Amino acid sequence: MSIGFSSRQAVEALTIMLRSRSFERQVEGLFARKRMHGTTHLAIGQEAVHAGMAMGLSPSDWIVPTHRCHGHTIARGTDPYEMFSEMFGSRTGCCKGFGGSMHMTDVAHCNAGSSAVVASGVPIAVGIALALKRSGSKSIGVAIFGDGASSRGAIHEAMNLATVWKLPVLFFCENNGYGMSAPAGRALSVPSVSDRGPSYSMESSSVDGNDVEAVYASIREACEYIRSTSRPFLLEAHTYRQCGHSKNDACVYRTRDEERRWMERCPIRLFKDKMIKRGQLDDARYESLKRAVDAEIAEAAERAARDADDSISLDEAFSYVYAPGKGNARLVSEAVRARLA
Amino acid sequence: MKDVVTYREAIRAALAEELRRDPNVVLIGEDIGKYGGCFKVTQGLWDEFGADRILETPVSEEGFSGVAVGAAMMGMRPVVEIMYGDFLTLVSDQLVNHAAKTRFMSAGQLGCPLVYRIPTGSGTGHGAQHTQSLEAMFSNIPGLKIVAPSSPRDAKALLKASIRDDDPVLFFEHKMLYSALGPVGDESDVAEIGKADIKHVGGDVTVISYSRAVETCLEASDMLAVEGVGVDVVDLCSLRPLDVPTILASVRKTGRALVVHDAPAFGGFGGEVIASIVGDPETFRALKAPVRRLCGKELPVPFNAELERAIVPSAEEIVSAVTSMVAG
Ligand SMILES: Cc1ncc(C[n+]2csc(CCOP(=O)(O)OP(=O)(O)O)c2C)c(N)n1
Repeated sequence: MSIGFSSRQAVEALTIMLRSRSFERQVEGLFARKRMHGTTHLAIGQEAVHAGMAMGLSPSDWIVPTHRCHGHTIARGTDPYEMFSEMFGSRTGCCKGFGGSMHMTDVAHCNAGSSAVVASGVPIAVGIALALKRSGSKSIGVAIFGDGASSRGAIHEAMNLATVWKLPVLFFCENNGYGMSAPAGRALSVPSVSDRGPSYSMESSSVDGNDVEAVYASIREACEYIRSTSRPFLLEAHTYRQCGHSKNDACVYRTRDEERRWMERCPIRLFKDKMIKRGQLDDARYESLKRAVDAEIAEAAERAARDADDSISLDEAFSYVYAPGKGNARLVSEAVRARLA
Repeated sequence: MKDVVTYREAIRAALAEELRRDPNVVLIGEDIGKYGGCFKVTQGLWDEFGADRILETPVSEEGFSGVAVGAAMMGMRPVVEIMYGDFLTLVSDQLVNHAAKTRFMSAGQLGCPLVYRIPTGSGTGHGAQHTQSLEAMFSNIPGLKIVAPSSPRDAKALLKASIRDDDPVLFFEHKMLYSALGPVGDESDVAEIGKADIKHVGGDVTVISYSRAVETCLEASDMLAVEGVGVDVVDLCSLRPLDVPTILASVRKTGRALVVHDAPAFGGFGGEVIASIVGDPETFRALKAPVRRLCGKELPVPFNAELERAIVPSAEEIVSAVTSMVAG
């Protein structure tokens, strides 16, 4: 199913996708130049999923993304400077450098942060939905997970519970074909993760994850169902990770031919062509939009790089382990003391 | 209210009072509704609070422990019953990787105010998978608080404190204490987590313990008093944060320390207590005898009733350990 975006929506979708892509390219470069430490999971090729979801949800819906979280985070509106800063480990990061690439909690944008324990964020999103429902809110919880994650028992338990308790959760499987090196086709007992919906008496569907309008329409439809029935919904988007799983992945588990075929279905290129065909865009406008986005993201990266050494102190770090308070202040100072001893 | 109540009733009273006080408090767990929970701790609460506040779950420890984390992030105050403490292994991912780290990893944007109530310990004849004391496994995790009361009064006042606490608390209830009788405080009696309680005063040896083993220590202290040996019984009440000042003050006074717990010695919590004693120069200088510990035996809990009794420290063993420390 697909709908045609208005020109305004189309430009918005294209901009989100370009920002996500541009962010990931910057990160790729920063790792290649060894400016960032740790690891990172890029989502190059999956941008239609991020844009379609962010546009389809209401801003007050809560997402729980995965370790591959930059695209969703940027699509929700988090400041790229704070995201780069987080990856540099600096105080100006969205989590003050405690989280890093896989953990970009941003409460202001209803992003509860990711679990890097694959699939463990899913029950958490169900808990968020429980709290939202009890508060009388119309907002929903969104559990994002990969095809690899879908084999974990925690997801089975969470889906069963969400149906039994009638909770407003969107279970969203971002199926990019692989869990690290494992092809979905070899790891799953069903052709498609969405096939599992009926076993939880759950409505489900799947969508072309490289078609941003289709993703948007499916999200809208799923959300409408969830909001009007207060029941969960399972939506699966089929897409492809054009890049490696994490840094230093030679992708020996797939063929260059397969990669080429998916490159032809690059979500940004597909949508750009569609817009041009509809008269919503021309090459010159595209180039100027792309230049503006790249400049914005590059500027954020440079600024974050300049502030990269602004680290939080270990003493300050202790104050984030427990809530501030009478008894806890004692705990914190003991922890600080122990370090000084 | 009656003058004395059981440990079970004390916990139930704390739950009821907190459910009444704060609409964000909900109970989550298996069979905790009409059935009253596996150990009947929540019995009767269903009649007052119903399905809106008592959320009965399918058998899904990994799932509902995570649901509690998500709900707590959003400001609810879930009190989760883990039917048997042994099933903490299934809950540990949400506990260790999520509840304990939410506040830190989000740099304080989110908190995780929840309580896991954990019926623990041996003596019930349920075999090795239903009788363990796993508290030490979780004491090594910054971000968690650990409470293990030994009396009805402590259980009630500490559970109320745990529910009001803004961080995740593991509340270990010993199954063999559920029928123990004692006085409890009124609605306003809320304890401070991280404070030990001296349950018996004496000058010769400091015996440090928590949970059911405190009862055993108190039994031993009565037997020792008859022989003219006085012991301080320090009930830790909380393992994390640990009330080191109270431990040190007592050991400086007596010069002798014995740590007692039902969980096995190796890697057990006793090691942490002993490290805090011998690592403090003033207390170390005050020691008149090597610090000792008396703990559970190094084997899975046997089903055989006699063996099951024999694996945890007995009052007689405590008496003989204390006597030899005083003589030595
Ligand atoms: C419980 C758990 N097992 C294994 C890993 C290691 N790991 C990290 S990402 C990943 C693949 C996950 O695949 P998928 O869910 O499809 O997400 P994708 O990486 O494709 O976005 C694995 C196995 C982990 N982080 N957590």
